[in-house]
Amino acid sequence: MSSEQNAKSMSIIVTKGALDQAYPPFILATTAAAMGLDVTLFFTFYGLNLLKKDLNLKVTTLGNAAMEMPMMGGHMAMPNILAAIPGAGALTTSMMKNLIKKNGVASIEELREMTVEADVKIIACQMTLDLFDYKPEDLIEGPVLGGAATYIEVATKSDINLFI
Amino acid sequence: MADQVLDVKGMNCPLPILKAKKTLKSMEANATLEVLATDPGAVADFEAFCRTTGNTMVESKKEGDVFSFVIQHTA
Repeated sequence: MSSEQNAKSMSIIVTKGALDQAYPPFILATTAAAMGLDVTLFFTFYGLNLLKKDLNLKVTTLGNAAMEMPMMGGHMAMPNILAAIPGAGALTTSMMKNLIKKNGVASIEELREMTVEADVKIIACQMTLDLFDYKPEDLIEGPVLGGAATYIEVATKSDINLFI
Repeated sequence: MADQVLDVKGMNCPLPILKAKKTLKSMEANATLEVLATDPGAVADFEAFCRTTGNTMVESKKEGDVFSFVIQHTA
């Protein structure tokens, strides 16, 4: 957003594409841009999922031992053996989406739009596109295609570099 | 009285900051914006926002469940 000289800058490597894991990079990117930082996001591996035109993000409790959902005044964790039952993921996803709405938390679609509007620089990993057989047309407009060197050049000049 | 009022009650992080930034951007220099929020995290966040961006926190108070921040557009 701010292209003033001396503006601070931040870069984030985005490697995860689940609904819950999509929040930190977009929240930090939009907020940093609002605070005048130049921001770059490098989407690689499952993070690339977050750039697809059609977002269909899901959440799972599988392998997520710390995850507990608020329920009937308490909190409920789900053992892996239950989380593996067909439909458990869809149920958890719909519970999460309800919580998001109820708590006035923005949707990922909304945050992504704000990220693009804030002129955050977006790099989509070309190798990941090849690996998972995606085409640039599958992605939203705006990303620059690049690889590790493109990111490292940005990172060497950034005040903050995060890996999520 | 602030020049403009922004109601972000019910919204959660980071929406209050993002909406406030967008509104400030459209305002003239030195104009004041009052932000009404219910997110308790907004208290520390608006202070940090002002310190980092150079806008001025004129007033920060709480009335009932509503936080009110008056920010002067100085950045």
